[in-house]
Amino acid sequence: MAEDAGPASDRRGFFHGAIRGLALLAGGGVLGLLAGRTQARQNVWQIDPDKCMMCGRCAVECVIEPSAVKCVHSHAICGYCELCTGFFEPDAPTLDEGAENQLCPTGAIKRSFIEPPYYEYSVEADLCIGCGKCVAGCAAFGNGSMYLQIRHDRCVNCNDCAIARVCPTGAIRRVPADEPYLLKKVNGP
Amino acid sequence: MTLALGQRVARLAGLGLGLGLAASAWAAQRFPPPQFETGHTLPATTTPPPDVFWHDALDMTVLAAALGLAAWLVLRRRSRKAVLGLVVFSLVYFGFWRQGCVCPIGAIQNVTLALSDPGYALPLVVGAFFLLPLLATILFGRVFCAGVCPLGAIQDLVVLKPVTVPRWLDDALSMGAYLYLGGAVLLAATGSAWIICQFDPFVGLFRMSGTAVMLGLGALFLLAGVFLARPYCRWLCPYGVLMSWIAPGALWQAKLDPVGCTRCELCRDGCPVNAIEAPDTAAVAATDRRQDRRRMATLLLIAPLLVALGLGMGAWLAPTMARADERVRLSDRLVAEDMQWVQGRTDATQAFRSRGESRVVLEAEVRAVKASFAWGTPIFGGFIGLVLAGKLIQHARRPRRELYSIEQARCVACARCFALCPHHRQGEAMPVALTHEEVPI
Repeated sequence: MAEDAGPASDRRGFFHGAIRGLALLAGGGVLGLLAGRTQARQNVWQIDPDKCMMCGRCAVECVIEPSAVKCVHSHAICGYCELCTGFFEPDAPTLDEGAENQLCPTGAIKRSFIEPPYYEYSVEADLCIGCGKCVAGCAAFGNGSMYLQIRHDRCVNCNDCAIARVCPTGAIRRVPADEPYLLKKVNGP
Repeated sequence: MTLALGQRVARLAGLGLGLGLAASAWAAQRFPPPQFETGHTLPATTTPPPDVFWHDALDMTVLAAALGLAAWLVLRRRSRKAVLGLVVFSLVYFGFWRQGCVCPIGAIQNVTLALSDPGYALPLVVGAFFLLPLLATILFGRVFCAGVCPLGAIQDLVVLKPVTVPRWLDDALSMGAYLYLGGAVLLAATGSAWIICQFDPFVGLFRMSGTAVMLGLGALFLLAGVFLARPYCRWLCPYGVLMSWIAPGALWQAKLDPVGCTRCELCRDGCPVNAIEAPDTAAVAATDRRQDRRRMATLLLIAPLLVALGLGMGAWLAPTMARADERVRLSDRLVAEDMQWVQGRTDATQAFRSRGESRVVLEAEVRAVKASFAWGTPIFGGFIGLVLAGKLIQHARRPRRELYSIEQARCVACARCFALCPHHRQGEAMPVALTHEEVPI
């Protein structure tokens, strides 16, 4: 047995060395290839408001509950309409803040009178569930000042965003973490 | 006031209802911004920043430290209890606190995409999560599995009544991991899907959320894991495949202490993952040896056939696999709607049509995707054929072993065998210089 041990262990040692060498070589190769494609900055997920079609999946597909997606309101684009189609049901009986008149299922939009004929609409992020009903209403008849964004105080930045996976228009994409929002600009998308 | 409202509604009606108009109308606002007389200031849109930066640094540090600690606990301390402590820590930190994301298993897809798509830049933290455990494997064996991986950790804690799965069945089931690896690489390389993340059975438990199916699957894995130790690790984990390739070449390996071995088989029986092999020094009869040679020769002849079969299967399945890509599905659906093979529209086709996007551009993309599947799927099939052939050949081998030895490719370094050895004294290191060959039985 003793005379067997020598060559056997040599052979094993050689194979182990070969595996090690190959692994290091492969690792080095991958490292080399990746070196040029690596960036220190992280990516985060964001919704492109241009592509969003307000299908409502954001509210239910996100891995956290309620969803990390919420409505944001760019007031600079808002027309401050008295009849806001993002706020009121299409057939609202009266134009006041009664729950039966509101589009938002959680009453997350606050409507306040500023001066005739202007009303201000602001989204309470804590209540918003990201269903996009207001966004659809605002986009259909208004200025499109309400739109959905992934809020990074909530997003856990999954490697494979569960909403992006099912988004019918591919509106959710990776953006650099130092510019984590795709906000609408005045007079432009 | 009422008049103004009426005018507005009239204008609304005039603008039409189409979503297509909505897209172009964003550029030109329908309603001018108000001219406030009261000097009202517009509220700013809040944009809370992501906190990924300090997490990245912390995660990489903790990962490196945990790998080092796992190696030390397994190879030097040889302490099951200490490894168990690390398992609990990793489950809490990487699992429940960091919610299992990002992990080296999923990072396979990011690395693949970074290699195949020049437009995708790999974040440093993901690259580090992919490479650090592999580096640890080259040095110390699969210590990542032992006490760092949260998926391994949650399964390790439920191993209560492990049954020994026959070697052939174990190997047959482990083909699942190769299929998973190959499939994940193919789908990530084509930018189609991230199946490792999508079908992670435990991430739902870590996050305490998810679909009923995925949570149920996780519970099922844990339930099965009571009797079949680490089912995901052994039969599905794609990263485990990579580690099993390089672990046999590890510089420092977990070894059983041969001093005073009485062949009690406690270590072998207690190994939950079939990684300990008994000595086999019985002389092989000449007829058996001839039979072995004949079998090996047959297998070596069959091997190219298996690879060819895999290539063929891949070529045959390529169009089906291409449907994993949503652009291909969208294009197929658009055609089906045009030809009136199907009724109604999906959200995706509705949006595509109403935005008036170019079919030519989509078709060009689809052609590119299908082309990458056309050569990628046969490679995937050939890879599976090659692995199958390799496994069969490995089974036909009859290696001689003089001592109980740990098969590094299978061993997840859980340190149970150390604790089960009657000669083992807690916390005592095996003399490093001692190797199997130097110790007579």
